[in-house]
Amino acid sequence: MQSELSIVWIYPDLLSTYGDQGNVLVLEQRARARGIPTRTVHVRSSDPVPQQGDVYLIGGGEDRPQILGAERLRRDGGLHAAIQRGAAMLAVCAGYQIMGTVFGGEEGQPVPGVGLLDISSGRGERRAVGELAAEVDPALGLPTLTGFENHMGVTRLGPGVRPLSRTLVGTGNGDGTEGCYAGRVIGTYLHGPALARNPALADLLLSWVTGPLPPIDDSWYQALRDERLRAVLPS
Amino acid sequence: MSQLPLRAQLASALGRTAATLSRATGRGDGSVIGGRVGLMLEPDLLRKLAADRKLVLVSATNGKTTTTRLITSALQELGDVATNAFGANMPAGHVSALASNKDAPYGVLEVDEKYLPEVLDTTNAGIVCLMNLSRDQMDRAAEIWLLAQKWRRALAGRPVHVIANCDDPLVTWAASAAAGVTWVAAGQRWREDSWCCPECGGPLDRAGFGNGGQGLTPAQMADTNWACRECTFRRPQPNWVLDGEYVTDPWGQHWRLDIQLPGQANRANAAVALAVAATLGLDPGRALPRLRTVTSVAGRYTTVERDGRSLRLLLAKNPAGWLEAFDVADPALPIILSVNAQGPDGRDTSWLWDVDYRILRGRPVLVTGERRLDLALRLAVAGVPFQLCDSFEQAMGLLAPGKIDVIANYTAFQQIRAEFGRAV
Repeated sequence: MQSELSIVWIYPDLLSTYGDQGNVLVLEQRARARGIPTRTVHVRSSDPVPQQGDVYLIGGGEDRPQILGAERLRRDGGLHAAIQRGAAMLAVCAGYQIMGTVFGGEEGQPVPGVGLLDISSGRGERRAVGELAAEVDPALGLPTLTGFENHMGVTRLGPGVRPLSRTLVGTGNGDGTEGCYAGRVIGTYLHGPALARNPALADLLLSWVTGPLPPIDDSWYQALRDERLRAVLPS
Repeated sequence: MSQLPLRAQLASALGRTAATLSRATGRGDGSVIGGRVGLMLEPDLLRKLAADRKLVLVSATNGKTTTTRLITSALQELGDVATNAFGANMPAGHVSALASNKDAPYGVLEVDEKYLPEVLDTTNAGIVCLMNLSRDQMDRAAEIWLLAQKWRRALAGRPVHVIANCDDPLVTWAASAAAGVTWVAAGQRWREDSWCCPECGGPLDRAGFGNGGQGLTPAQMADTNWACRECTFRRPQPNWVLDGEYVTDPWGQHWRLDIQLPGQANRANAAVALAVAATLGLDPGRALPRLRTVTSVAGRYTTVERDGRSLRLLLAKNPAGWLEAFDVADPALPIILSVNAQGPDGRDTSWLWDVDYRILRGRPVLVTGERRLDLALRLAVAGVPFQLCDSFEQAMGLLAPGKIDVIANYTAFQQIRAEFGRAV
């Protein structure tokens, strides 16, 4: 990180369907609350992806924009360079699938992804819509994951990634796990948006770039988390 | 229309009885149950009821109910109009609307976006009015590019005349498949769903990218032009142009709208209504006085009074709707926001993050509704000070007597209306 934290939002013109802007806003707010200045770049899909960013975000979208987004990212190459450099990334829903080697297109046909995560996705039998709760991989030291999923994807994890979490409620990847991570790249099906519902996940992404972070006032985050988890988990 | 076959006559009569019973027992306005009963007895009832009328179908993500009301008011200058005034916008509601006014020579039907192809097919309506398409309740609604594609396919090769907002690229793409189109430059505040060409996926060159749902500066708002950088798809030349308070008709005449419904979105609805009326032979000079009589539509924009407090109720169901509501709300007044996430609202509240709430800084903001904690966090992150309230009643009590704005999403709005006895 240089003098300010650089947040790069990839292709909001194609992939920003489920409040994905929220992940950007939460990162900005949580960095600012620690006195870290931020600069956010909205990258249009017709423009090159900057390679010098600190945290990259990519969101959800419909089938066709997903295919277009994957094609343009593959052609561009900027994101690969950034991740190789050590940048952090959160990829959500359609954006998560794009990070893999392959995903299912409009008619279920295989579409090549960008290959930054060792996963492959296809279309499931039915749409997974609703609240999700999951226990995060203990290696990451994060509290229960909460969010809302809305997708038809089934994602198989390869040996190059670890599951982000094991589902308590909801579908996630479709095999009892939800999301995955490898290095500093995290993928998830969760909107909510994910970082608003899981501020510790936001801090994990930030700390990969900034180093350890002091605690901040989390009361509104916590109130929402408690309510949502109470609503879906058996007491 | 008095020539309905016996079975259809019976079906519509029984449907009306069911509707009356529903109203009498306080279960609702009866328009859905009545239509359902009718359709059960005569599946072809909608087609039969629609025959021999001049029928207008109205669809969009936002403004359907209001525009339906405006067009209906205008056409009443020409004759009796059957309409689904209560927003029951699926086939059962259409049956009920047409059956309750069998002899009306005109019909104006609000149609749910997903049902437009089916209703167009069944009714053979001659005029279709399309205003806007944007993200809305994604957990249950169709994805909007797919929706636009369905509209496009339904309109292609059909003898129908479309009145469409050419400032909305998705609507333009859908409408341009029709045999005849009247283009209305009615504006588009929310552009987050139309940065890419619906035809080829290339970038659309237009003002306002990167605002992140903040809405547009006045200059960006005025710059309505758009064109694809990679193919030939571009904004068509409008026949009607809305510019602030004024509409210019295809003959070059300027009309000051001067309607009572507030905000630019309603001026857009009025401009579209004028174009529809003109298509049916009613000139703006005769239509406008009718539009000006409309003050409130199914509780929207209505003002209710309690204990010296005068609350103006604004409905906002999705990000585009919130921007329009902010345009209407008075920055000098306190504001109550209420959000639910029941089925009709969409159970996913993530759309709250698509709305830029910073415009509310500086006014007293009270937050309530079943999902008030989602909204509370959203406002906290946006740096908008607010007060959390357990109920609407409590929020009102915290504010001094005087004028108050209220913005609520669908079921939250209905709950507030119910508290005031639906005094619309």
